[in-house]
Amino acid sequence: MKQAILRQDRKTCGSCTDFSEDFGRTVMTGNKKAKKTDKKSIMGNKETIMKAIFFTAACTSILAVALICMFLFVNGIPAIAEIGVSDFLMGTSWKPNNTPPSFGILPMILGSICVTAGAVLVGVPVGVLTAVFMVGYCPQKLYCILKPAMDLLAGIPSIVYGFFGLMVIVPFIRDVFGGAGNSILAASILLGIMILPTVTSVCESAIRAVPRAYYEGALALGASHERSIFSVVLPAAKSGIMAAIVLGTGRAIGETMAVIMVAGNQARMPSGLLKGVRTLTANIIIEMGYAAELHREALIATGVVLFAFILAINLLLSLVKRRAA
Amino acid sequence: MGYSNKGFFGEKSRGLVRRSPSSMVLFLLVMLSAVLAIGSLLFLVGYILIKGLPNIRPELFQWEYTTMNVSLMPALVNTIIMMLISLLIAAPVGIFSAIYLVEYAKKGNRLVNAIRITAETLSGIPSIVYGLFGLLFFVTALGWGMSILAGGFTLAVMILPLIMRTSEEALKAVPDSYREGSYGLGAGKLRTVFRIVLPSAMPGILAGIILAVGRIVGESAALIYTAGTVAEIPKGSDFLFDSARTLSVHMYALASEGLYVDQSYATAVVLLLVVISINRLSGYLAKKLAKA
Repeated sequence: MKQAILRQDRKTCGSCTDFSEDFGRTVMTGNKKAKKTDKKSIMGNKETIMKAIFFTAACTSILAVALICMFLFVNGIPAIAEIGVSDFLMGTSWKPNNTPPSFGILPMILGSICVTAGAVLVGVPVGVLTAVFMVGYCPQKLYCILKPAMDLLAGIPSIVYGFFGLMVIVPFIRDVFGGAGNSILAASILLGIMILPTVTSVCESAIRAVPRAYYEGALALGASHERSIFSVVLPAAKSGIMAAIVLGTGRAIGETMAVIMVAGNQARMPSGLLKGVRTLTANIIIEMGYAAELHREALIATGVVLFAFILAINLLLSLVKRRAA
Repeated sequence: MGYSNKGFFGEKSRGLVRRSPSSMVLFLLVMLSAVLAIGSLLFLVGYILIKGLPNIRPELFQWEYTTMNVSLMPALVNTIIMMLISLLIAAPVGIFSAIYLVEYAKKGNRLVNAIRITAETLSGIPSIVYGLFGLLFFVTALGWGMSILAGGFTLAVMILPLIMRTSEEALKAVPDSYREGSYGLGAGKLRTVFRIVLPSAMPGILAGIILAVGRIVGESAALIYTAGTVAEIPKGSDFLFDSARTLSVHMYALASEGLYVDQSYATAVVLLLVVISINRLSGYLAKKLAKA
């Protein structure tokens, strides 16, 4: 605060007859004083320059978002216009190599939605209940191991999850349910496991933020431990839990490498739990390597659609957070 | 900080007796989920370790990658180069913007709000979108081609919000009395920031940077079309413009070819170990910050 005032003084006074710099200094001979003021004004410059540098650095994130939006939209929107909005978003066949080619990404949109919904169905109930376990049941000693382990699991590379899915979940589904194994089900289970640590830790902090008095009040009214948690504490932590779900959804819909390895990647309308699908993310990464011209632009447009989904989810998240605050 | 669960609802779990049926069901559900969650995650790590550890052979660490011997050494070296490049860009920018937000910005400023919103947006963008952006901007528009440099810049944009957020939290955790003391002794703003605030916030900032390293090591979707998949250590004066695969991309290549299952397991183990050690280091630093 004081510094801000001083700086303002400096600005209004100019650097030579700088009142704030001279403030409180003992009387000196003219020569010495001039020298000192010079040095100080350089120091003052340094402050201003560094402040400008800090400010520029802070603006980088704005610049980055602007660039990302610009490059995606400039490269993607013309393709959407050329293909036609409804043909692109609602078209049910993706055959970029046919003549004439057809670029309908509805199968991929639905694929992404199916897989994400599946992941939320698998991951969220287990994640929320695990958070309840961590807060309400876990003995201290176990907690000391589990909590860092959960943090660790959130950081495992998605390619490792994907490989695990390919080697364990896909064969398991092939053996138990039949079919090829590469399926919506496999992708849902794998993504459900992947979002578990995120959902659990966000939920846990939401539950911990509920005042202890709520729980004790419920106990005092004769409710059991479980009933107190589920009917009093969890509803109070509702918006935090919602935030965890939205966060998990965002992670699931944007996941690429893990899904690619287990989902089968057939570009067709989703037709069953045990059938393969292709997600928006997979579409981009599989075909970008050899795509050219309109095909390439259509893939970038796929990225635009994915980006729009993510922005919508982010918006939802900030709304949920604002309601929580 | 530590990990303490004491004194919350963590009363001793009363045995299975004296529960009403509905409570019993809820109790069982909670236990079942916990076992399921923890079990599946443990199974994942254990499975990879058991299958992979026996496959870690010295040949995998030879300098040259050939189709006969899919050595992971070039990818490992590339990962380190990639990490250095992106940290060199993202760490100063991230820390400086955190300094601006915490030390200089006035509350409620529109621009500051915009910075926060965009940083939050950045942290929610999936890596494939970063990959697309890197391909369009660094690789194509700037004409860098698929190169280590393009990959490094792409990753730098990706980890920027993470470094910003953790640095901001670390700076905020420094007590105001430190700053006031420094001003009281006649230090200027800049000196206070660099001599007093930054050193005390360093463990927290480092913890954030290490988390960012974890993301760099694990990233693959953003790199495939920005840094490419060439399995060689780039050489020569313009090595920054050579294509190079990192460890994760290497693993994707191996796993999707399907010919090198054993080597894939081994690579997965190396990746896991790197991530685990990074994670422990970060946790240790964060704990140190909490003590200080």
